Amino acid sequence: MTDRRIGAFICGCGGNISDYVDIEKVRDEVEKEPGVVVARTAMFTCSDATQREIIDIIREQELDGIVVASCSPKLHLNTFRAMARRAGLNQYVYNQVNIREQCSWTHTHDMEHATDKAIRLIRAGIARTLMGHPLEMIRVKTIPRVLIIGAGISGLQAARLLSTMGIEVHLVESAPEVGGQVASWGPLFPSGRSGKELVQTLTSMIEKDDRIHIHTSSQVVEKTGNVGEFDISIQSSDGKRTSIKAGAIIVATGFQRYKPPQGEFGYGLPGVLTLDEFRDVLDNSDSGSIRYNGRDIKNISYIYCVGSRQGSNDEGSHSYCSRYCCTAAVHTALLAGEKQNPLHQYHLFRDMRTYGKQELLYEEALQKGSLFLKFPDEEPPSVKASNGHLEVALKDQLTGGEEINIGSDLVVLVTGMEARPNRELIDVLKLPVGKDGFFNEIHCKLRPVETVMDGILIAGSAQGPKNVHESTISSMAAVAKSAGLLMKGYVDLEPFVAVVDPDLCEWCDDCSNACPYDAIGKIEKGGKAIAQVTTAICKGCGTCVPACEKLAINVEGYTHKQITNMIDALAKEVV
Amino acid sequence: MTDMVESDKNTRPSILVFATNNISDPGIDLAGSSHMAYPTSVKVIAVPCSSGIDPRWVLHALTAGFDGVFIAADGTDCAYLPNCTERTGQLVKQAQQLLEKNGHDPRRLKMAAICSVCAESFVAHIESFQKALSNM
Repeated sequence: MTDRRIGAFICGCGGNISDYVDIEKVRDEVEKEPGVVVARTAMFTCSDATQREIIDIIREQELDGIVVASCSPKLHLNTFRAMARRAGLNQYVYNQVNIREQCSWTHTHDMEHATDKAIRLIRAGIARTLMGHPLEMIRVKTIPRVLIIGAGISGLQAARLLSTMGIEVHLVESAPEVGGQVASWGPLFPSGRSGKELVQTLTSMIEKDDRIHIHTSSQVVEKTGNVGEFDISIQSSDGKRTSIKAGAIIVATGFQRYKPPQGEFGYGLPGVLTLDEFRDVLDNSDSGSIRYNGRDIKNISYIYCVGSRQGSNDEGSHSYCSRYCCTAAVHTALLAGEKQNPLHQYHLFRDMRTYGKQELLYEEALQKGSLFLKFPDEEPPSVKASNGHLEVALKDQLTGGEEINIGSDLVVLVTGMEARPNRELIDVLKLPVGKDGFFNEIHCKLRPVETVMDGILIAGSAQGPKNVHESTISSMAAVAKSAGLLMKGYVDLEPFVAVVDPDLCEWCDDCSNACPYDAIGKIEKGGKAIAQVTTAICKGCGTCVPACEKLAINVEGYTHKQITNMIDALAKEVV
Repeated sequence: MTDMVESDKNTRPSILVFATNNISDPGIDLAGSSHMAYPTSVKVIAVPCSSGIDPRWVLHALTAGFDGVFIAADGTDCAYLPNCTERTGQLVKQAQQLLEKNGHDPRRLKMAAICSVCAESFVAHIESFQKALSNM
């Protein structure tokens, strides 16, 4: 028997769990477990009110261990650790059991067995807690320096802001110049200032700044270390390597423009351009007329959603909305209208997404005579060349499916954004990317710029399509996150490191040979040689554990006792 | 009748999955958040790195009553070790020898790399492993 006092709290997640798992039955079963003195259910365990109730229970019942069975620990592990601390407990006597992502959500059609599984999972969590003990975090000094990868609008903004907080920045850019894609853009909504000017302003500030070091034509080729003290190697195009120590890394590698294959909506025919190509035509046309291939342009058709919202959900497809293109196309049409009047402009769209303030642009375009025609998803328009001009045919849903042919001098394909091919960088940083190829955040609302790699943040359109405004916001969020980390001067790392049992250890150096970090050495203790782990170097991977025949080395939180007891708890029938 | 079949499928064969906190466990989470289904007899223990999974734990799982053990390895995504795949592969070999020595079919242990977005591949691996286990 045990004299431990454990509380088990089972979350219904507003139906996300309780619709598929009988949480009252779970509670009744879990309450019988040895060591459990209280078991409760709640509709939302993460709510402030429930957390306060749990804190009261912890104090009243003098609990020395807690288990919350709810969503994935990726989401709320820190929430409940903080709750444990507020209740006066060591945060490592808390364990989270995932009965949502790994139970209710994947077993939606079999309540009986989903309930059975939830009970076993929680029993395993209790087993782990019973064998656990309070731990102290390992404090590591942080280097007040940030490495930013990508010197586009997001990277430049991040560099400037970090410097204002006194943090040194190394800005690594693969291109020979800083500025990224925005540097080549013309007037931007709403200020009308060009992308070029915007970038120039930022660049001139950054170039004068002693705290910001720019490395152009350079790539990150190696990364070791951890949050607070990364060791990064960068290599310039001439092969020169530089090593940089930084406390945090911001990935702001941006996007690439979708390039339609030959034949997609007539791409390849003379006069069929992407939006970017048309912007170049506009920027190079004198006021008073738009000319292309020596001809005046009077009729333009825009086809929306090219390279966006296409295909299935498969890897490499572009099923997502690129967000910026509707607004960019409408804005472009207004700029075109200023150059050439009269100009007939036809917008062939699927759904118009000029959200927020950008709605003003859509209004203005309507007022100035742009015509908007909506084509069905399953029947996109066709483009063909005929008698020296282009013929665009569509079924217009707004006029009840009428077939319309538009003679056009130019057809502009409103192309979206796609992820840059970043394979090497992904390999170096070990960052997860989504099916769409963009970098993944931990949680879109709760931790929108953090990644599963502590100390590595994402900013701008490397994360997914964003306009300049949104890129800047995310870049500021990444700045706040990295500065918050570094200005404190230290980070506390998880104490899940290897520990040696001096009674069982008979130094044989197997663990030391297995350790990839040289964290294990030999010391004399109690008249014999035993292994000793340097906790500041140990990463807690556990490779030493299977190497030890005598079971004398364990990783905290994942000890032999804990794992085998968890296995027994999972295997045990629910009666 | 359908219920019977459904629940049989859900209780056997039972699989213990060893996943990793940063890579494969999020991949298995994604299967759940995408509402992909796999049997309730599949249960996951997450550890820091697949190169730290002790062969004795695998034997323990079979002794305790699991029909199979699936190691959802980090593969090349591992943040701890560049050679995680080889290391985990080595452990699998050791574990299979240990199983054989103790009278278990070594095919009851299977390993595959599951990345942080490999939800579909996880479900597919589990399905084929369950089929294989049913035929042993």
